Amino acid sequence: MLYNKPDPQEVKVLTRRFGLENSASIDTYLATDGYQGFLKAREMTPDDIITEVKTSNLRGRGGAGFPTGMKWGFVPRTSPKPKYIVVNGDESEPGTCKDRLLIENDPHQLLEGMMIAGLAVDAHAGYVYIRGEYRYLIDILDKAIAEAYSRGWLGKNIQGTGFDFDVYTQTGAGAYECGEESALLESLEGKRGVPRIRPPFPAVSGAFQCPTVLNNVETYSAVPSILRDGGAAFASLGTPRNGGTRLFCLSGHINRPGVYELPMGFNLLRMIEEVGGGVWRGKKLKAVIPGGSSCPVLTADECDLAMDYDTLAKAKTMLGSGGVVVMDEDTCMVKAAMRIMRFYAHESCGWCIPCREGTAWLRKLLIRFHDGGGARSDIDLIGDVARNMLGRTFCPLGDAAAMPTISFVEKFRGEFEAHLAGRPCPHEHADHLALV
Amino acid sequence: MSDLVHLTIDGKPIEAPAGTLLIDAVRKYGIEIPAFCYYEGLALQAACRMCLVEVEKMPKLQTACTLPVAEGMVVRTETPVVADARKAMLELVLTNHPLDCPVCDKGGECELQDMTFRYGAGEGRFNETKQHIDEKQWSPVVFFDRPRCILCYRCVRICNEGMGVAALGIANRAVTSEIIPNEADHLNCDECGMCIDVCPVGALTSGPYRYKTRPWEMDHIATICAHCADGCKTTLGVRNNSIIRANNRDHSGLNGDFLCVKGRFAFDYGASQERLQTPLARVDGKLEPISWTRALKTIAAKFGEVRQRGGAFGVIGSNHTTNEENYYLQKFARQGLGTNNIDHHRTGDVITLIDALAGKGGQLATVEDIYNAPAVVVLGCDLSHQHPMLAYQLRANVRHHQAQIYPITPGPVREDNQATRSLRVDKGGEVEALGSLAAELKQAGGVVILYGDPVKGDAVRKLVDFGESLGVPVKYVALVDYSNSRGAIEMGLTPELLPGMTPSNTGGMRIGQMLASTDLDVLWVVGANPLKNRAALAGKPFLVVQDLFRTETAEQADIVLPAGSAYEKNGTVTNVCGQVQMLKKGIGAMGTKTDLDIFALLAKEMKLDLGPATPDALLAEIRTTVKGYDVVLAVLATGGAAMTGVNGPVAIDVPVDAIHSANDTMYTSGSISRYSKALTSLMEYPGELYSGKSK
Ligand SMILES: Cc1cc2nc3c(=O)[nH]c(=O)nc-3n(C[C@H](O)[C@H](O)[C@H](O)COP(=O)(O)O)c2cc1C
Ligand code: SF4
Ligand code: SF4
Ligand code: SF4
Ligand code: FES
Repeated sequence: MLYNKPDPQEVKVLTRRFGLENSASIDTYLATDGYQGFLKAREMTPDDIITEVKTSNLRGRGGAGFPTGMKWGFVPRTSPKPKYIVVNGDESEPGTCKDRLLIENDPHQLLEGMMIAGLAVDAHAGYVYIRGEYRYLIDILDKAIAEAYSRGWLGKNIQGTGFDFDVYTQTGAGAYECGEESALLESLEGKRGVPRIRPPFPAVSGAFQCPTVLNNVETYSAVPSILRDGGAAFASLGTPRNGGTRLFCLSGHINRPGVYELPMGFNLLRMIEEVGGGVWRGKKLKAVIPGGSSCPVLTADECDLAMDYDTLAKAKTMLGSGGVVVMDEDTCMVKAAMRIMRFYAHESCGWCIPCREGTAWLRKLLIRFHDGGGARSDIDLIGDVARNMLGRTFCPLGDAAAMPTISFVEKFRGEFEAHLAGRPCPHEHADHLALV
Repeated sequence: MSDLVHLTIDGKPIEAPAGTLLIDAVRKYGIEIPAFCYYEGLALQAACRMCLVEVEKMPKLQTACTLPVAEGMVVRTETPVVADARKAMLELVLTNHPLDCPVCDKGGECELQDMTFRYGAGEGRFNETKQHIDEKQWSPVVFFDRPRCILCYRCVRICNEGMGVAALGIANRAVTSEIIPNEADHLNCDECGMCIDVCPVGALTSGPYRYKTRPWEMDHIATICAHCADGCKTTLGVRNNSIIRANNRDHSGLNGDFLCVKGRFAFDYGASQERLQTPLARVDGKLEPISWTRALKTIAAKFGEVRQRGGAFGVIGSNHTTNEENYYLQKFARQGLGTNNIDHHRTGDVITLIDALAGKGGQLATVEDIYNAPAVVVLGCDLSHQHPMLAYQLRANVRHHQAQIYPITPGPVREDNQATRSLRVDKGGEVEALGSLAAELKQAGGVVILYGDPVKGDAVRKLVDFGESLGVPVKYVALVDYSNSRGAIEMGLTPELLPGMTPSNTGGMRIGQMLASTDLDVLWVVGANPLKNRAALAGKPFLVVQDLFRTETAEQADIVLPAGSAYEKNGTVTNVCGQVQMLKKGIGAMGTKTDLDIFALLAKEMKLDLGPATPDALLAEIRTTVKGYDVVLAVLATGGAAMTGVNGPVAIDVPVDAIHSANDTMYTSGSISRYSKALTSLMEYPGELYSGKSK
């Protein structure tokens, strides 16, 4: 099932099979160049595969945007230990809903991406970790895996190439933190989902203490076309150092919310106006969270920019997971900040002091403040508490909670001051955000 | 030794072996990096973020508890940024902290208080409602107060890694995270209280100690645990002449931070309602109180009369009394009463080992050796039960040095969990089974062999032959039961041996013979309960018993003298490995006298000249006259342990049939444990050896 109509401006690489009949079936996949990237990779050396991925300028779609080819290159291929391919399908970042479509509509593309990664690092088994709420996706994926086995595209001696590869699915148990790579690995191993001390990084010691490649669903899904059509072709779709297309999840106060595959570097204002059909109800744009709830917010004035990792970094925010949350002029920014914090306070794994206590404090503080119980000194306090967390937590979740908070206070201080007048909140609503 | 690397801390050049964690490296140079979650020897957590420091070329502050030192590293621990981070962590952790310091057991010795005082902000800015969760009782000895918990996970790790029990875990997440016990609402574990000990705050508190005192109102007296033979150092917290706490406060000694359930909680037996506070004498078949003067005079008269007419004495000494007391008692028996009928309950075959080692390469192992040996073999002993501290050191050895360990036992033991290989053999078959490990042990390059009471006599000789055949350094521990079993043997409490394991070359009755004899005129039992599992004596000797309680033996006595416990006297004891340590008197108990004082008063009453009878004078005499005991006084006086020397050969026939362990579990302590409320109130009491439960 597709949830929104495609847009003519989309460049369909990863989503090219979306909308085809039985797009998830192996027959459709094979009929549309499926597994050709794998067969090509099988003829290449591991180094050449990694070079091809490096050439594509593919950067991780899970949030941090780390260059994928480089990550694969860190795996000690000659280690006597088994190596593993792990897929991060935990997709829990508020505002993000793309991995589910990739699994639902084109599961074989993901499997092929894993197999190519397996060739690149000499891994023969992969795990797909999927958030618990996506139960139905596991069924779809399990079916695709079964098909692949029965047709000789998984298992021993795949298509007579002599390459063995097995894939297992694993459900998450409902924790945002289990999307963080090391917590995911703990959870995958059946332990409590808290992050690990790094180094060692997963490339050296990941699943079951073995060298591991861990990437997002979308990252792996981009790999088959990179091998099939060449890394340069993929790179050329985007901007320098930001190769290819990516799936943007438009949500919030917008006329045509949905998931759209657009070239890297696509202008944000055009994305809202043209692809998303503009801010709803003829309202004016107030703010945008450009890459999921962890990213600092942009004011309407700051939105005329290219959506790629480097441009957004320059704008002191992040491309993150591609979750673009649009907020109209009526949105209460205090409430938005409060609801984001409610999420993080609920999802903090609780391992480290600053995140555990900081998110809980900020949550209570923001709720009181929004409800009209705030004092002038609280405005600075909100920023201070967030800054006290920033850069000091065990894993990036603490930063993910602190960064947007700091940006809301800095950029919308006036709205915080307006709340000092007391209840009710001077804004009409902030209810229709895709945020928790 | 690994290579040294050089780095700069706060402008000072320092060096440390490569791989050392920054937090450890700086300590030697007098620089403190504050820490909550870091605990030496346990897994790293990086959870509290108190140890953040600035490291040149690293963009973010780094946790010193996880950062290995590197050549050329430049670290700053006292910059405004670092100070700000520390202040921030404390402000954050205090948000949900109840700040009930005035009534918190930990107040005054709380790491959170100390850190807040030193690094915290003057005032808090938290204006919201604190999260409250009710306090829980997990067992008679362990209470948990979640609001005070700072989630440093020390308790979880000490239980899992240190104890091998893993009774603690973490439930929920975020700010509702909570430490939980293994049975959801209660503990089923060793009840050792290690979790309480490592807790930096007042979140885990001790049942017996709760709300009894403020820490600064106690006197802290460092002595040695009164129970098993391992010889843990303990600090008694004493107030108004009663012990209210025991913990190894400065983590010094053979045990470091360790105390087992007995050491930590079973100091209470001395305060039992059943404690004797006056001498008793048999009047019309019943024991009735009499005065000390009358009791001593009666005994002296009886002893004098029997000696005069050449009657027969029997003397049974103790595994718990001090070296000085034992030494003096044997002198009393041999010189004063003219008898060699002197013995004690023998719990392990030390003597054959000492003899077999004479002239060989093998040596006696110290507790430190058990922590350092590349391989450790445990024969015929449920070590976690019978020698909790040795088992703790062994687990630490596996964690820190990946030691190979091999339990060879009749049933499952906790050591199986870490064993390279476990062998199950019936009692008596241990040494034979050991043969199959020869190649592995040789490979390991060094072995410590611990053996329990099934290994005795010829088996010990075979064991030493086996050890010699390995061609690598081998050290041994003959496992014995109680706090001074070694001292009882070495101070001459057997008919075969004079002090220093010198053969007496005179006959004499052993315990069994004394109990079965119909010829004894006097039986003098000091700190022992030989009639525990026996209906009555065969004969009708005049029975004098020195004890804390009306034990089975005391019940049959003609005169009972109330004695002082190990916490009520000075002296020295020798642990299972042969390491001598000093007891310090913590309290006195009304109406009682130490065994040594009793001996001395009796000697005086009988006009015997046995030399001075103070602990100091006797120790001096022992150090100069007893073979192997020429230990350095300063070591003992400063709370250290001094290893005794090997004394072989010991050319006697060891009566192996007399050797049997009491098979105490970690929750029992011979006749003492039943007087400890702390122990008897535990649902785990009395426990069972080789039950697999301790796994
Ligand atoms: C709190 C937190 C949550 C995360 N959740 C996800 C997630 O749901 N999905 C995901 O792919 N990456 C998530 N990440 C990023 C992963 O840690 C990791 O960087 C990513 O999966 C690597 O894959 P990539 O290189 O393909 O992006 C999360 C990171 C953090 C800190
Ligand atoms: S920042 Fe700390 S508490 Fe928060 S999720 Fe990461 S490890 Fe857990
Ligand atoms: S109970 Fe104590 S030791 Fe355990 S996590 Fe809490 S503060 Fe740390
Ligand atoms: S291990 Fe032995 S010496 Fe140590 S505390 Fe326990 S009973 Fe006492
Ligand atoms: S001591 Fe380093 S983080 Fe706790």
